[in-house]
Amino acid sequence: MSLLKVTDLRVSYGGIEALRGISFDVEQGQIVTLIGANGAGKSTTLRAIAGLVKPAGGSIVFEGRDITTMDPQKVVASGIAMVPEGRRVFDNLTVHENLRIGAYLRKDETSIREDIDRVYELFPRLRERHWQLAGTLSGGEQQMLAVGRAMMTRPKLLMMDEPSLGLAPLIVKDIFAIIRRLSDSGITILLIEQNANAALRCANVGYVLETGNITMSGTGSQLLSDQRVRDAYLGTR
Amino acid sequence: MFDRILPYLLAGISVGGQYALIAVGYTMVYGILRLINFAHGDIFTAAGFFMVYFAAAMPLYVAAPLVVVATVLLGFVVERVAYKPLRSAPRMSIMISAIGVSYLLQNLMWYVTGGLAKQYPVLPWISEQITIGPASTKMATVVTPVITVLLVVALVMLIKHTKIGMAMRAVSRDFETAQLMGIKINSVISMTFVIGSFLAAIGSMLYFSNYTTVTPTIGAMPGLKAFVAAVFGGIGSIPGAVIGAMLIGICENVIKAVGYTTFSDAFTFALLIVVLVFKPTGLFGEKTSEKV
Repeated sequence: MSLLKVTDLRVSYGGIEALRGISFDVEQGQIVTLIGANGAGKSTTLRAIAGLVKPAGGSIVFEGRDITTMDPQKVVASGIAMVPEGRRVFDNLTVHENLRIGAYLRKDETSIREDIDRVYELFPRLRERHWQLAGTLSGGEQQMLAVGRAMMTRPKLLMMDEPSLGLAPLIVKDIFAIIRRLSDSGITILLIEQNANAALRCANVGYVLETGNITMSGTGSQLLSDQRVRDAYLGTR
Repeated sequence: MFDRILPYLLAGISVGGQYALIAVGYTMVYGILRLINFAHGDIFTAAGFFMVYFAAAMPLYVAAPLVVVATVLLGFVVERVAYKPLRSAPRMSIMISAIGVSYLLQNLMWYVTGGLAKQYPVLPWISEQITIGPASTKMATVVTPVITVLLVVALVMLIKHTKIGMAMRAVSRDFETAQLMGIKINSVISMTFVIGSFLAAIGSMLYFSNYTTVTPTIGAMPGLKAFVAAVFGGIGSIPGAVIGAMLIGICENVIKAVGYTTFSDAFTFALLIVVLVFKPTGLFGEKTSEKV
C-alpha cells in the first residue's frame, strides 16, 4: 500500500482548472518529485494535499485514510508536514520559537526538546542563532529553519515546495544534501522543484506536470535521460 | 501652578489608562486581522449598560464579574457572526461589516433603553472620593493607571511567553503557514476578541464610575480617542497603544487646565493628523517591509 495515493485530483480557482485530474502514488521511504514549468500545478498539488485548497474532485488517501477535504491542522496531525514556497518562516518569532511552533500540536515536552536538539545538530547555524528573530537570517538559513520547523511536527511525509528557489548555487547543493539525509533517516519526501536536474538526481520517482496534467512518469534516472524531459526542463540539447 | 495642574494631571493619567484599556482591543484585532473593529467602542458602551441592568437585579459582587462575562461573550459573538464568514472576502467587506455591527449595537441599545440615559450604579471603593495633596478626586482616578499597567504587563507576558501567545504572533504574520503548524486560526482570532472585550469591560467600569449616567452613544468618543491612541502609538503595537493613550489623556486634560477646554477634543484629532503626516506608522509602528 502506498503511503500517499492521489487519484484523479482536480482543483479549480474560480472556474479555471489548475489540476485536471492527476493521479500519482508516493511509496513509503521514497523521494518523489513533481517537475514542471511555472503554472503547471505543482504548488496547487501540494496545497491540496495540505488542505489549504479544497479539491473540486478526486481523492487523496494517506495511510489508508481519506484526507481529501480535511482541514490543514488535521492533515498536519495525521503526519504530513509542508515546507512552503518562499520558506515563510515567522520573521517576528525567534529561531527557537519557530521550531517550538512546529511542535504546536505536541505535548511531550521532553521529546520536543530532543527534537529541537536534533534539528540544531543537523543545522548548527540555527543553534548559533537560536535567539535571533527569524527575519534576520539569510535565505539559506531561513530555508533550513523552515525544514527544521516542519521536522518538529514529526512528519511521516514531508512536502517541500521549491526549496532551492532564490538560493545561491552552493546553498542549493546543501539543501539537496539535506533532502537526501532526511530521506535516509526514514522520512518520505514529496518534492516539487523548478530545478528539475537536481530534483531528478535525488528522486526515486518523478512525475512531469504540464498545465494540470501528468504527462510523464518514471524513475529519476529514466526521466533524466528522456529526450523530451531534457529538451523541456533540463536545458540540454 | 502645580496645585492647579495636579488634578488635571491625575485626571489625564486616569483617562489615559481607560483609553489604553480600549485601545489595546483595537490594536490587537488590527494586529491579527488587519481590521479596524469599529464595533469595539460600542462593546465598551454595552459593558456600561450590562452593569446598569445587572446591578439593578443582583448584588454588585455578582454583577461585576457577570458584566465581564457578558462583554466577552458579546465580543466573541460579534466576531463569529459578522467577521468570521468574511475571512477570505476583500478587506473592505469586513470593514463595512464592522461599521454595520457598530450601528446595530448602538440602535439595539437605543431600543432597549428607550433612548433614556440610565443611572450608572455607584461602585463601592472605586467611586469613593479621596484627596491627594491639593487635589480631590475619585479612587478610580488612582486605581486606573495601576490596573491598566498590571493588565497590560500580564497581556504582554501572555503574548511573549505562552504557547497561545506564540500562536497569536504567528497568526498575526501568516494565516496559512500558521495553519500548516496545526494552529486553529479561528480559535486564536476568537481569543484576541475575548481579550480585547475583557479589557474593554474593565475599562468601562473605571470610565463610567466617573459619570453618573450611560447613554447609547457615550462610548463613541472614548472609543474614537482610543482608536486615535492606537494609531498614534503605532497600530498593532500594544505598548504603543498604551503610551499613545496615556499621552492623549494627559495632553487633553492639560489643555483643559490651561483654559482651552473647547479645544481638548480637537487637539486629539489634530494630533492624529500630524502623526499620520510625519510618521504614518505611529510611534512604535512596525515597518511593513515586504520580503521577497
